[in-house]
Amino acid sequence: MKLLVCVSKTPDTTAKISFNAENTEFNAQGVTFIMNPYDEWYALVRAVELKEKHGGTVTLVNVGGADNDAVIRKGLAIGADDAIRVDMPSGSSLNVAKQIAAVAKDGGYDIVFCGKETIDYNGSEIGGMVAELCDLPFISYASSLEMDGTNATIARDIEGGKEVVEVATPFVVSAAKGMAEQRIPNMRGIMQARRKPIKVVPAVDAANASTIVGYEMPPAKAECKMIDPENMEELVRLLHEEAKVI
Amino acid sequence: MSVLVFAEQQGGELKKAAFEAVTYGKKTADVLGVDCKALVLGSASNAAELGKYGAAEVLTVSDASLDGFDGSVYTSAIAQAAEAAGASVVVLMHSAKGKDLVGRLAAKMDAGSAPGVNQLPTNDGAFRVKKNVFSGKAIAEIEISSANKVISVMGNSFQPEATGADAPVNELSVSLPAARISVKSVDKVTGSVPLPEAELVVSAGRGMKGPENWNIIEEMADILGAATACSRPVADIHWRPHHEHVGQTGVAIRPNLYFAIGISGAIQHLAGVNSSKVIVVINKDPEAPFFKAADYGVCADLFDVVPKLNEALKKFKAGA
Ligand SMILES: Cc1cc2nc3c(=O)[nH]c(=O)nc-3n(C[C@H](O)[C@H](O)[C@H](O)COP(=O)(O)OP(=O)(O)OC[C@H]3O[C@@H](n4cnc5c(N)ncnc54)[C@H](O)[C@@H]3O)c2cc1C
Repeated sequence: MKLLVCVSKTPDTTAKISFNAENTEFNAQGVTFIMNPYDEWYALVRAVELKEKHGGTVTLVNVGGADNDAVIRKGLAIGADDAIRVDMPSGSSLNVAKQIAAVAKDGGYDIVFCGKETIDYNGSEIGGMVAELCDLPFISYASSLEMDGTNATIARDIEGGKEVVEVATPFVVSAAKGMAEQRIPNMRGIMQARRKPIKVVPAVDAANASTIVGYEMPPAKAECKMIDPENMEELVRLLHEEAKVI
Repeated sequence: MSVLVFAEQQGGELKKAAFEAVTYGKKTADVLGVDCKALVLGSASNAAELGKYGAAEVLTVSDASLDGFDGSVYTSAIAQAAEAAGASVVVLMHSAKGKDLVGRLAAKMDAGSAPGVNQLPTNDGAFRVKKNVFSGKAIAEIEISSANKVISVMGNSFQPEATGADAPVNELSVSLPAARISVKSVDKVTGSVPLPEAELVVSAGRGMKGPENWNIIEEMADILGAATACSRPVADIHWRPHHEHVGQTGVAIRPNLYFAIGISGAIQHLAGVNSSKVIVVINKDPEAPFFKAADYGVCADLFDVVPKLNEALKKFKAGA
């Protein structure tokens, strides 16, 4: 099986979120970047598990500059065989998806994996876009995936429950919690990763259809009102009369 | 030109989130000076009611291939309806289906997109909308410059506003591709309120000491008609099911009221819940970071306070 895993780079979950003086750009100063947890913990690890069980190869694809190579190396250390980096500063989701779709079409993969969303822009769009551009079925928010020959059985998260679907390869899937367990790369993996190839390819021509023009911080919360633990009637009254939520 | 809203039905009926989306679509149409139309895939007994929330016309597509959910079939139906309605702006709900469709439809229509918006577009020539980013730690303003635009609207951001009368419902004939995804089973948690759409949420963390103590949390959720949620470690050690895990790496929610009981308020937890309108924190540690994000706080042992709170809520419900 040929598996392609889309990986992106995001600020660490504890990173302080701030912007430049004009509030038009994310301030990356002092921020540690990681592989998007959904891409790493769920999509990539499941792809590596499938390779271990059924044979095949796992290729990573990332759209970005050379400063993304550290994140890509981590993916190689976790167990991917090789990587393709489309050399382009990040763009709108549709632009990025067009880059990934070009790679996906070119490689003839059986499954294209991505995370359910990135923890920075929280878009959850890339998987569906790549699927449409490649005319493939797309299963979003998958919490399990089992292969039987070329047929997959996938559970996907829906409102208040799960839906189990069947689909034949090739397809695109976005991975949510439950798909796999986080793997910490071992020393051997890290050593091997250094020798695995990262192929850099030029971007295909595509425009940005949307742009972020500004950022703001959420409105600050008013001071927390402390309630006497002996007087829960008071809390109920405030929720009803002041906050008007019950 | 018009704005087309894909109003999702559930089991043959439109629910509140669909009315919210159409209210949003109508207001967006007003900003753009065009009309608003709604699309229902499958049938909904109350489809005409979308007119009250601003749809000038309701289009429906009934086709057996829409019974199971395959995003490419839905995308094809919505794109054809947008064409028929002369719509260059399509509004989806930011639901499980909406999140699945937003990217696919944007690619199909070669449209700029904004998933999970929570404010109306600007009204100054440019089309700009806002959405939460960095898991709720900031808000981004996105400008969509392409002719076609696809956005999905966050649940519970807009209250449905009924002003008009029922709209005409017209069946649209479209040609749909064959489904490639077949649905084998749908397993919904029955009897309880689904978390992503809940207006009231009672959530508890490691401070509960063990799964056997959750009866007081479930009792509270019962009294309030609330959904239950939990912190990540609680789901990881299997005290509670995974679908209850909220936060940056779990479900992101924005209920009207969020009770955080025995949860410390780690940044990754806050990221998924800090858009809640009102937050109540019960924690015995006065230094718990959650108090900084709370509207109301009770600093005490939860095993003392929650039963008392439940009694007070019962009394309130009996009187209300
Ligand atoms: C990459 C990453 C992603 C993460 N994503 C998430 C996520 O999505 N969601 C999430 O929740 N976490 C997430 N975490 C974990 C997060 O950092 C915290 O560890 C977690 O939220 C803590 O859970 P907790 O508050 O239940 O437990 P604790 O931090 O152990 O807090 C328990 C709290 O209960 C209080 N308490 C104890 N006993 C009582 C009592 N008798 N009465 C009243 N109060 C009491 C304590 O004072 C304490 O504040 C993530 C971590 C990482 C590194």
